[in-house]
Amino acid sequence: MADYSYIALVPLLPLATFVLLGLAGKNRLVKWSGYIGSATMLGSAVISLYAAYQYFFVNGKTGDAYAEITALRYTWLEFAPGLSIDMGIILDSISVMMLVVVSFISLMVHIYSVGYMKGEERVTTYFSFLSLFTFSMLALVVSSNIFQIYIFWELVGVSSYLLIGFYYQKPSAVAASKKAFIVTRFADLGFLVGILILAFYSGSFDIGTIINRATDSQSEAFTGLVSAGFLGMSALTWSLVLVFAGGAGKSAMFPLHIWLPDAMEGPTPVSALIHAATMVVAGVYLVARLFPVFYIDEIAMQVVTYVGAISALVAAIIACTQTDIKRILAYSTMSQIGYMMFALGVSGYGGEEGLGYTASMFHLFTHAFFKSLLFLGAGAIIHFVHSNEMKDMGGLRKWMPVTHITFLIACLAIAGVPPFAGFFSKEEILLAAYQSDKIVYGIGLFVAALTAFYMFRLYFSVFWKKEAADASHHGEGTWSMKLPLIVLAGCTVVVGFIHFGNYISSDGAPLPTHFDIRFSIAPVVSAVAGILLAAYLYKKESDRPAKFATALGRLYRAAYKKFYIDEIYLFITKKIIFNLIGAPAAWFDRNIVDGIMNLLASGTARTAALIKGMQSGRVQSYALYFFGGVVALAILLIYIWI
Amino acid sequence: MFLPTLIFVPSLTALAVLVCKGLKQVRVVALAGSLVQLVLSLLLFVQYRQERNAGNDAQWLWEWDYTWFEPLHINFRVGVDGISIAMILLTAFVVAAGVLVSWTMEKLSKEFFFLLIFLGMGAYGFFISLDLFTLFFFLEVAVIPKFLLIGIWGSGKKEYSAMKLALMLMGGSALVLVGVLGIYFNSDIGNGQHSFDLVAIAQTGISPQAQNIFFPFAFAGFGIFTALFPFHTWVPDGHSSAPTAASMFLAGISMKLGGYGCLRVATYLMPEGAQTYAWIIILLATIAILYGAFATMMQTDLKYINAYSSVSHCGFVLLGIGMLTQISITGAVLQMVSHGLMTALFFAAIGMIYERTHTRMVAQLGGLLKVMPFISTVFVIAGLCSLGLPGLSGFVAEMTVFVGSWQNADTWYRVATILACASIVVTAVYILRATGKAIMGPMSNAYDNLADARWNEKLAAGILVIGILAMGIAPFWIQDLVKPGTESIVQRLLGF
Repeated sequence: MADYSYIALVPLLPLATFVLLGLAGKNRLVKWSGYIGSATMLGSAVISLYAAYQYFFVNGKTGDAYAEITALRYTWLEFAPGLSIDMGIILDSISVMMLVVVSFISLMVHIYSVGYMKGEERVTTYFSFLSLFTFSMLALVVSSNIFQIYIFWELVGVSSYLLIGFYYQKPSAVAASKKAFIVTRFADLGFLVGILILAFYSGSFDIGTIINRATDSQSEAFTGLVSAGFLGMSALTWSLVLVFAGGAGKSAMFPLHIWLPDAMEGPTPVSALIHAATMVVAGVYLVARLFPVFYIDEIAMQVVTYVGAISALVAAIIACTQTDIKRILAYSTMSQIGYMMFALGVSGYGGEEGLGYTASMFHLFTHAFFKSLLFLGAGAIIHFVHSNEMKDMGGLRKWMPVTHITFLIACLAIAGVPPFAGFFSKEEILLAAYQSDKIVYGIGLFVAALTAFYMFRLYFSVFWKKEAADASHHGEGTWSMKLPLIVLAGCTVVVGFIHFGNYISSDGAPLPTHFDIRFSIAPVVSAVAGILLAAYLYKKESDRPAKFATALGRLYRAAYKKFYIDEIYLFITKKIIFNLIGAPAAWFDRNIVDGIMNLLASGTARTAALIKGMQSGRVQSYALYFFGGVVALAILLIYIWI
Repeated sequence: MFLPTLIFVPSLTALAVLVCKGLKQVRVVALAGSLVQLVLSLLLFVQYRQERNAGNDAQWLWEWDYTWFEPLHINFRVGVDGISIAMILLTAFVVAAGVLVSWTMEKLSKEFFFLLIFLGMGAYGFFISLDLFTLFFFLEVAVIPKFLLIGIWGSGKKEYSAMKLALMLMGGSALVLVGVLGIYFNSDIGNGQHSFDLVAIAQTGISPQAQNIFFPFAFAGFGIFTALFPFHTWVPDGHSSAPTAASMFLAGISMKLGGYGCLRVATYLMPEGAQTYAWIIILLATIAILYGAFATMMQTDLKYINAYSSVSHCGFVLLGIGMLTQISITGAVLQMVSHGLMTALFFAAIGMIYERTHTRMVAQLGGLLKVMPFISTVFVIAGLCSLGLPGLSGFVAEMTVFVGSWQNADTWYRVATILACASIVVTAVYILRATGKAIMGPMSNAYDNLADARWNEKLAAGILVIGILAMGIAPFWIQDLVKPGTESIVQRLLGF
């Protein structure tokens, strides 16, 4: 077995950057922080790529299938023998793939940020937080211990919090950062309890051990998980649904998605890295990591499938009505993650059955490229027009040629037009859904059309529609911003052709994927239909969109208002939690509990005054009486009652 | 190590403070004394590891015995295990930081520093005592200075708070005294002789009936110190009226005397009693955790926020003890250390903010990050520790409590554990609300010229942050330290 311990450098390099820039504070290293961050990320990315090459092409296989390699393991906190939190690095096909994705996209975002954040006051802080995020995300994906995942899960959460609230003087940014943290925290509660249940029955936090024990129908762990129950569901179902709740929170699945659109308050490169390509797919990754356990529980799989499918649909509908370009992209992210989620839900385990698993990971992979490209493009646009609103844009193709072309490529990819990356992965997902659940397939197909529609609505509104005012006086952006766009666009064209099944499958063995032209007809036709409709409505300025919206009436308004989910949450938190739990608790404490204590004290004082007339006001004497009484009481107890 | 040194050093420091003149001399002496004590505590930790690595598996290390009052068998008997050392380390960190943040205490500085050091001495004595009488003695030593510290140097309705705190803690002491006397009269160390000696009592045991009578006294008495619901109401008033260093001591050290006593005296000496009343402890702890957290959510004063959150966080200590598993009790000890460091840091940051802005009301503050980045960062670190962020001590402690509690397979205890887990969400809400309003957000122009932390404040915060990080990033050392101690407690719970 080859030595992979050098992979520790991949997360440790950004950690070093975080410590260095974090200690430097906001005023020092201002000029250098971007370069330091990018250079260390380049190091991480190169090492990850090298490791991926080694793993996939040189020595990762044992026999025919890709093996799981433990590169490092270190006991961090041992609760009891066998029950410990280990920090380690585990390599299998999905963790290696994620290493490449995270370090590569992070590198692109770092380079882009050098240009984008130029002139900002707190650049050093920005890059240190970005490094903290990258470190945590990289350490998360290589986790071999479920508690290690949880630890870095929280750390990516806090990095996300810090970066969303980067413009800390803006109340909306502060509110968004809070919301993101608290909503995901709520979901993490489920994750934590899920871990506790799983670990209690399987007697370990080690993922491999949990999988082995929980899937072995002869084992004690399995019997325990299946026979123990609570409120009519087995412990196994409970634990998986709860763990999934954690994943759903992080991955912004319905109904825990409300934080993601608001998270767009953060700097745009942050949205590209955290809220599009990496952190938000952690939920999908988590399910994939525990897939063998999920697979044995039908209810949990159904939950995964339908939460994914509903999220994909709801988000796509809302995306069609929004006007803030980053929010549209955020909803689109949620919708695409919904695809990945239901692909896992409909998947089987092993061999041909595992197509959904492969497709899900494939889509995660391609999505990372084209979605970060879309966000970085959006960043360039926002940089150019100083607004997030589509109404302030239009005709930009003339002034931003590089952004225009790369953005178009990304739009085609996400819409599922061949031969761009999104087409292949979405195709596989739809095929997997078709083979197992026709309803989900129908939703998937419809969402594909919606995706094409809202992406091209965005594209035409930004780059076509009206003639832009003359903006020749300022350029499109620096090279550090354009280069990542071009690189990512290149990737978006190329990565779809990878035979993903050869490398990543539910059981590690190569999964031959067949490409059937007849099956592609429906998705491609619906995508093209969506694009044509968008072109008809938005390519030129007209009153067609307004008419269209009026025709849809209530549905349009509900979608525009995001189905009032935010309002429902607000009602629950403000009205119920604050007014019905918090306020009474605080009142009760001050008035009842404390009131009784004060009453006791004043009662004692008054009694003392009545009996002895010795109200000296000196604590010492009170204390003396007190002790006297107590000693008497003790003597009574000891000698008479016993 | 000669353990009484740990009492002599602060005693000498306190005396030296009395003969000093002026703030400048006083504070230097106080700081020197507390730094010596810090070094001694670290040395104690290192020597402890050496002893254990060398294969010394005695339960108590460096025992030392001096007969104080022969007729009643009152000895000055000291000795330490890992739990005591963890608490001693905590005390040393908090005392050093407390002296540093009081660097500019002009008002009656001699008396102020004297009382601080004296209070610390009481805590050290308490943590090394192996004799119930001396233990009780030092508990009282640690109570009285608090009354004066709040009454004289406090703010707001300080007389009321000082009186309330003193009376409630004395009430607690009284209950402890009943418990201690009960243990004494029911002990039998041969020939029908009674004893205050903790080690001897643990060897011979007390009858289960007596345990069932006196366990509640001892536990509730110590519990009052550590904010046992419903006897927690001294906490918010006491903390918020106290001067910064006294708040740090109160929450960082005094509340830990209670937790330590619950463990060392009540649970260790009366394991059957602990089993009988476990469900009540768990019930009250769960109430304290959730109810404290919800009450915190509604507070508007930074000190009240931290005080109420202390009620919630100390609930984890009691929950860990009540669950009676080895892991959960270890978690309780870790939570004591973690909460002590974190809450001291929090109060220090709040004190620094108050000193500059003259307000603690969250609504009046805003955007402080702009003018005081250091203090704000400290505040945020304390907040993140409070909400259990991995990498900081709170996470390690809380997770140990949760995992340990879950090992207790009773369904209702599981429900309690889940409810306790749920508090991490509420904690996030109140911490982020306070941070979002006070540290982030738009800043009032009135704060434009405020200065960031001075060297002494930076050093104080630095000491505590190092403690928090050391425990959060590399928890294995403190786990190794505490485990043998909790094992001996659990062995007694299991009936050997």
